[in-house]
Amino acid sequence: MDAAIEVRGLAKRFGDVAAVAGIDFEVRRGELFGFLGPNGAGKTTTINLLTGLARPDAGSVRIAGIDCTRDGKAAQHLMGIVPDESNLYPELTGLDNLCFCGALYGMPRREREARTRELLETFGLADAAGRKFAAYSRGMKRRLTIAAGIIHRPPILFLDEPTTGIDVASARQIRGLIAGLSRGGTTIFLTTHYIEEAERLCGRIAFIVAGRIVRTDTVENLMQPLEGRRAVEFTLDGAAENLAEDLRAAFPALEAQQVGPGRLRVTSARPLSIGPLVRFFEDRGLAVGEARKVRPSLEDVFVEVTGIEADRMRAEREKPAGAAP
Amino acid sequence: MKTWIAFWNILVKDMRAYYLKPPNISWGLIFPLAWTLMFFIRSGAGLESVRELLPGVMGISILFGTTSMLAVTLTFEKRGRSFERLLLAPIPLELLMLAKIGGAVLFGVANAFVPVVMAACLADLGGVAWGAAAAAVVLVAVSSALLGLFVAVSVSEVFEAQTFSNFFRFPMVFLCGLFFPIEKLPALLRPLSYALPLSYGADALHEAIRGAGRLPPWLDFAALAAFCLLLFLVSLRNVRRKWIL
Repeated sequence: MDAAIEVRGLAKRFGDVAAVAGIDFEVRRGELFGFLGPNGAGKTTTINLLTGLARPDAGSVRIAGIDCTRDGKAAQHLMGIVPDESNLYPELTGLDNLCFCGALYGMPRREREARTRELLETFGLADAAGRKFAAYSRGMKRRLTIAAGIIHRPPILFLDEPTTGIDVASARQIRGLIAGLSRGGTTIFLTTHYIEEAERLCGRIAFIVAGRIVRTDTVENLMQPLEGRRAVEFTLDGAAENLAEDLRAAFPALEAQQVGPGRLRVTSARPLSIGPLVRFFEDRGLAVGEARKVRPSLEDVFVEVTGIEADRMRAEREKPAGAAP
Repeated sequence: MKTWIAFWNILVKDMRAYYLKPPNISWGLIFPLAWTLMFFIRSGAGLESVRELLPGVMGISILFGTTSMLAVTLTFEKRGRSFERLLLAPIPLELLMLAKIGGAVLFGVANAFVPVVMAACLADLGGVAWGAAAAAVVLVAVSSALLGLFVAVSVSEVFEAQTFSNFFRFPMVFLCGLFFPIEKLPALLRPLSYALPLSYGADALHEAIRGAGRLPPWLDFAALAAFCLLLFLVSLRNVRRKWIL
């Protein structure tokens, strides 16, 4: 068996709510597996069940072949866990936090001090090593939390929303670090509601909605049905009510979707003629500022598979202050 | 070996991050000093009463030091979710909780000996059974720390931890024979006294320091050990039930 993580019929209820409703999946060794869904879909509960922070009501979890359902502690030395909140000790310095996390995994003093120095360099935090964690910026806290998750060189890493709520530059740096860990052979289980992030990083993705996995496949396979589709995004100088509905009525073979203020995305399964569309807009007093060909994205797949509007995911993405993937 | 590295570092981290901070050290000094002076002045007796007051002041110093600190630090770590790091570490839950309790026990033991040092300056402490006194101090510190753990598992906010701690600590001061003999309590309250671990700790301290215990020392130590075991098992069960959902 080449599975790093094997989940069968996993279920967890909190009162009347089925947070995880009997899910099955496998993550292969060395794979970067994305677990995608809106807030409240069951992503964090799944991570808690896999890592031993929660007990399942039903089902089984195997980590590197070890049955964690019977003994939640058995496989914890193989796992690195980066929770959705940066939860290191505010009163300790960055250096002390990493050393302490290394000690929790039984690393001898010299080894953990050397590893701490290495990670502080890698994560660009060497200059802030002596500063208390409480004084770090949000991006620095996130980076140090990820460093703490890999201090003991775990073969399996759980990353829960690693880039949520941090600035663009930090998010970009963290994505680079995740990709580097994956190239180095670490199995990564990544939960995120940034669809573009999952598309960029992951080999395979599972979509989870309301505690159920609705689709699991490689990014290529997920995207394949949309490969033949053409999509053009129009930026219009002005706005009109019910423009998408009117366009669909005028061109029944096309799909139209408002993707932002003054921005309309038109999708077609066949070659798309721009001229009639430009005239359609002009007839309504809307000048076309820009017409841009766009490639179908995983977001389109997500919308199609889950039925959840991209707008909702976008709204969730905007929630944390300063968040941007 | 790896497990003991984790155990030792949790203990050292707690000592450095919480117990050895200047406000807590001053708490450990000022609190026993204030209690000693209060009871000394209240008794109206001379320096010969210092030895009589010592077991009570030691007991109260341990009780207030350990229960507060452990309840507050655990609740603080639980709220900041840093406690999850410990739950996710590959160490048995029993050892993890012992490491967390260990810091509070050491703090309580240190607190207990502040009044001893002060008393040694004021009165003759010759004839004290130091071995028995030290054993009683450790067992009282362990049982008090476990009460703090019990509080921490029962609340979610730091202020609740303080309030809930006081809910049983203040009655214990008066019910456990630290300053008022249990025999002088109303008959209705006496069974309650013997249901509290500190009653046995206070009796063991009175016996070791003044030779004035009312129960056989073996019974005091056996009862304290039984309370420690019971509180530890109940706390472990509560942690598993409430913190590992």
